[in-house]
Amino acid sequence: MSFAFYVVAALTLAGGLAAVLLKNLVHCALALTVAFAGLALLFLQLDAQFVGFVQILVYIGAVAILVVFAILLTRGSETPKSSEIFSRTWLAGLVVAAAVFAVLGWAVLQAAPGLPYATVAPMVTVQEIGAALMGRYVLPLEIVALLLTAALIGAVIVAMHEKEGAR
Amino acid sequence: MLEKADQIFVLLLHWLVSFLPSNWQHVASVVLCVATIVLLYPALFAIAVLLERKGLGRMQNRYGPNRAGPFGILQPVADGIKSLTKEDIVPFRADALVHFMAPLVLVVAVFMGFAVMPMGRNMVLVDLDASLLFFFAMGASTELSIFMAGWSSRNKYSLLGAMRAVAQMISYEVPLLLSSVVIVMMTGSLSLVKIVEAQNHYSWGLPHWYVFTPWGLAGFVMFVIASMAETNRSPFDLPEGESEIVAGYFTEYSGFKFALFFLGEYVGMFGIAGLGTTLFLGGWSAPFAFLGWVPSWIWFFAKVMAWICFFIWVRGTMPRLRQDQLMNFAWKFVLPMTLVNLMVAALWRFMGEGLLRWAVCSVIVVVAYAAMGRVEMRRGHLGPRSYRYAE
Repeated sequence: MSFAFYVVAALTLAGGLAAVLLKNLVHCALALTVAFAGLALLFLQLDAQFVGFVQILVYIGAVAILVVFAILLTRGSETPKSSEIFSRTWLAGLVVAAAVFAVLGWAVLQAAPGLPYATVAPMVTVQEIGAALMGRYVLPLEIVALLLTAALIGAVIVAMHEKEGAR
Repeated sequence: MLEKADQIFVLLLHWLVSFLPSNWQHVASVVLCVATIVLLYPALFAIAVLLERKGLGRMQNRYGPNRAGPFGILQPVADGIKSLTKEDIVPFRADALVHFMAPLVLVVAVFMGFAVMPMGRNMVLVDLDASLLFFFAMGASTELSIFMAGWSSRNKYSLLGAMRAVAQMISYEVPLLLSSVVIVMMTGSLSLVKIVEAQNHYSWGLPHWYVFTPWGLAGFVMFVIASMAETNRSPFDLPEGESEIVAGYFTEYSGFKFALFFLGEYVGMFGIAGLGTTLFLGGWSAPFAFLGWVPSWIWFFAKVMAWICFFIWVRGTMPRLRQDQLMNFAWKFVLPMTLVNLMVAALWRFMGEGLLRWAVCSVIVVVAYAAMGRVEMRRGHLGPRSYRYAE
């Protein structure tokens, strides 16, 4: 484990903790973005270029923006009156986060012996990923595409309905 | 000799680092390259601002800045000194940390994009396998900085401006990405270096740039429109508006932080212009085979500056859109056109060589453009316009 790993890991952990503990919801969302960025850097450190860049593009460029919009369009955007920094329910948040982490960690540890153990890191180019997506994994890809299209159409229908009602 | 001129910066770099011990050379060369990029683009920014102010002035029948230095060419220097010495005012209620971070995040993200840009033959800082994806990932990060600026100012105008800017950038990011996908389909690579190399061929002295194909031309036009919207350029400069929302998301910024936003906007413009040049206009390759002796970096920067001049020209001529027109244009016209263009590109790929594919693909693009435009015009009740001037 190199020095860079510890820096990035500390950054990711700090971001995650802040997202759970802070009081202001927009601060939480921004802290979550820091955690996403740290995760992307961890992927890049493992030479997983494609996943790292997609993590930035999708999570920072889209998911974080979506979260922020959702907060601003609801009443969560109001600035809290008190000057406390930490959320009043920080303990509950921490416990829930720790529980989710424990379940995920347990699942990964259970699955680890079944995975092929490679001593040399595999070099996977983006081209190979593309070929695999279009070849072997084309069916899952199509299913995901169908799901996303359905979600998109659903969103459009929800938005259209409201507009007609307003008239 | 000519080859040396082409590779002058690469040779200069090798010569400079050769003075250092061998285990320092790699680090030193990276630091030198980064320093060059970080110095070069602000210099270009100064030139572009002067060009814009002078050019816009001429388009609007006035002189533009002409007081600082001969013909006003020292205006950027004066502006820089002014913004450095101005007081940095942070609103009392503002979220100090987020308010401080926003311009930094913006500037860092826009500069990161240049790391993968091939600015000449062998002139790329890191030749990533997925450099196009890297560029878009960095571009997507700028949206968050704009939101941070608008939200942390605790100002209604700032927040409204930020919401407008983010909504606009998200809407136009989709066509921007989709119009670049055709290039990836044709090249079979996400690497910008390979994309330039694929276009660097000539037949009858003319280059094989992607813009000279039906799908390339359609993609190019969509890319230009989306890039103007992404960089908040007129006619898509809705996030700012003196009469509606003051200066938008950076209303509450002053002094050097304001200058950083200004810098970020222009450097982002260079970035997107450089990307468009790389994707559609052959990057550093010469426009004619007989001009191949001119150093490759001259072509790259000439194309980028031509692109900037085009942006300035558009800003001087086009009226701005309304917010709903902006969104309708993105989702109902540009996005369907890019989707049609994907189909055209696939058709082009599988029809094989020959004149037939030129005819079929051109017809599809033109018909789609005309049909979509007419349907939208009819739905918006927009007939042929008649203008009445003062008679």
